[in-house]
Amino acid sequence: MSVLLFFVVAPLAGAFLIALAGRKIKYSAGFCAGLISLGLSILSFYAAGLISRQQVLVFRIGGWTAPLGISLVGDGLSALMLVVVNVISFLVVVYATSYMKLYTDKWNFYALFMLMLSGLNGIIISGDLFNLYIFLEVASLSGYALVAFGTEPEDLEAAFKYLIMGALASIFILLGIGFIYSYTSTLNMADIQMVLSVKPKGAVIGFVSVLFLAGFGLKAALVPFHAWLPDAHSSAPTPVSAILSGIFIKTVGIYCLARVFFNIVGVSEGLLSVLMVLGALSMVAGAFLAIGQSDIKRMFAYSSISQVGYIILALGIATPLAIFGGLFHLFNHAVGKSLLFLSAGSIERSSGSRDLLKISGLGEKLPVTGYASLMGSLSISGIPPLGGFWSKAIIILAAIQSGHGVYAVIAALVSVVTLVYYFKFYNRVFFGLPVFLTEKIQEASFAMKFSMIALAFVALFAGILLLPAFRPLFENAANCLSSGSGYAASISGVLP
Amino acid sequence: MMLYFLCFILFSVGLYCVLRKRNVIKIIIGLGIIEYAVNLFIVLTGYRTHGRAPIFSKGQEIMNMVDPLPQAMVLTSIVIGLGVVVIAVSLAIRMYEKYGTFDITQFRRLKG
Repeated sequence: MSVLLFFVVAPLAGAFLIALAGRKIKYSAGFCAGLISLGLSILSFYAAGLISRQQVLVFRIGGWTAPLGISLVGDGLSALMLVVVNVISFLVVVYATSYMKLYTDKWNFYALFMLMLSGLNGIIISGDLFNLYIFLEVASLSGYALVAFGTEPEDLEAAFKYLIMGALASIFILLGIGFIYSYTSTLNMADIQMVLSVKPKGAVIGFVSVLFLAGFGLKAALVPFHAWLPDAHSSAPTPVSAILSGIFIKTVGIYCLARVFFNIVGVSEGLLSVLMVLGALSMVAGAFLAIGQSDIKRMFAYSSISQVGYIILALGIATPLAIFGGLFHLFNHAVGKSLLFLSAGSIERSSGSRDLLKISGLGEKLPVTGYASLMGSLSISGIPPLGGFWSKAIIILAAIQSGHGVYAVIAALVSVVTLVYYFKFYNRVFFGLPVFLTEKIQEASFAMKFSMIALAFVALFAGILLLPAFRPLFENAANCLSSGSGYAASISGVLP
Repeated sequence: MMLYFLCFILFSVGLYCVLRKRNVIKIIIGLGIIEYAVNLFIVLTGYRTHGRAPIFSKGQEIMNMVDPLPQAMVLTSIVIGLGVVVIAVSLAIRMYEKYGTFDITQFRRLKG
C-alpha cells in the first residue's frame, strides 16, 4: 500500500460520503472535508520526506508493470506540488467552514471541493499521460461547477465562459495525447520519453507541442488565452477563488506544461523562446489591466495572470537557477494569492462590498484582515524580507545570468507596477476616512482568522525556506525539470 | 487518409459552431461535435485494415488485430464528454431562468 494512493482515494471517498450523508447529518460535510484535508496535508509532508530519501516513489495500480499498467509516480516536483496543494486546501477548507455559512446546500460545496482536490492530487502524481488527462477533467469539471456555485447571473455567465474555454483546452490536450500515442504506441510518461529519444523528432512533435501549449496555456491563462480568468475567479465564492487562483491554475496549467514539455516531449530552443515571450506578455498585460480594476477580486485575478507570467518566464529561461526561482515563485504566489483572496472575502463579508470606490478606512475595524492582506500584498509585489522578493530576485538574476537582459528589465519594471496596484488596493481599503455601507462592521470569525494568520506567517517567513535545511524540497523539484530526460531514467531505475 | 481528412472537417465544423454561433445550446452542440471528431481520430489511430478484435482464445492465432487501447481511451473520453455536456446544459437552463434568453450576446454582466 503506497502512500501515494491516499492522495487520490481519500478525497474521492470523502466526496462520495459527503454527497451521500452531508444533507442528513448537520456539520458532517465540513468536518469530514476538514479531517481529510488535514490528514492529506500531514501525509504530504511524510510523502515529501520519503521522496527526498528514495528519489522517486512508484506505485503500480493492480500490480501491472509500467508500460502496460497505470503507475502513480512521485518525484521531487510532485513532492513540492503535493505539499503546496494539500496544505493550502486544508487552510481554505477551514476558512470555508465559516465563510460558506450563508450559502445553501453547503454539502455540495464540500463534495465538489473534495472531488477537485482528488483531481489535483491525481494530476500531480499521475505517471500516465492519459490518466493525467482524466484527472485534469475531474478537477476541471468540479471547478466549473464550483464557479457557478452561487447561481447568481454573474456566476453562471462566468462559469459558462470558463466551461467553454476549459472544454476546448481539454480537447486540444486530448488530441495531443492521441497524436503522441499514435507516434510512440505508449502512454506511460517515462516510456514515451524513452521512445522519443530514439525516434526522430518529426513534424508530429512540433504539432503536438503546439496543441499542448494551446491546451495547457488556456488552462494556465497565459495572455492570449486569459479572457476567462478574471470573470471566473472573481465571480466564484471566495474559498473557490482562493483555490482556483492559488493552486488550480498552477497545477492544471504550469505543472502540466512543465511536466509535459521538460520531461516528456522535450524542449527546443524555439519552444523556450515562445514560453519566454508568452510569460513576458502575461506579466505586462496582467499588471497593467490590474491597475484599472475597481473590484478587489478582479484586481487580484489580473494579478494572478501577471504572476503566472513570471513563473512561465522562469521556465522559459530554463537554467537550473531560473527553474528553481520559478518554482519558488510558484510557492510564494500560491501562498500570497490565496491569502489575498481570503482577505478579500473577509472584507466583502464584513463591509458588504468589494468595490474599491465604495469602501475605505477599514483598517481600525479589521486589524487581522488588514495585516494579513498587507503580508500578501508585500509578498507578491516583492518587498525585501518577504518570500516574493527572493523568488523574483532569483528569476531576475537568472535572466541576467543567461543573457536575457531585456526580460530582466521587464520583470523588474512589472514588479514596480505590481507594487503600485497593491498600494492602491491597500490604501483605499484600509486607510482614509471610514466610509461604511453597513453599521456594524465585524472582524472575521475565528476559523477565517486562523487561515489568514497561518498563510500570513508562511508568506512572511517564506525566505527561511531558502536556508540549506529546507532548500532540498525546491532543489529536488528543480532538478526534476532541469535534468529533462532524467525523469525516464530515474523512473526506469525503480521499475523492475 | 480520406477518413482523417473527413475527421478534420468534422473538427472544423465543431470549432466554427463554438466560435461563431450565438445560441448557447448550439455552442454546446458544437463542443459535442469537436469531441466526437477527436474521439473518431483516436479510434482511427488504432484501426488496422482487415484487423479483428484482440480477444485471446485457445487454438486461435491472431495475426492482424485492432489496437484496443484507443478504444478504451475513447470510452473514457465519451464519459468525460457526457459530464461536460451535463454541466453545460444545467448552466444553460439556469441562465435561461435568470436572463430569459439563450442568446449569448445578451449575457453581458461581466466584461473582459
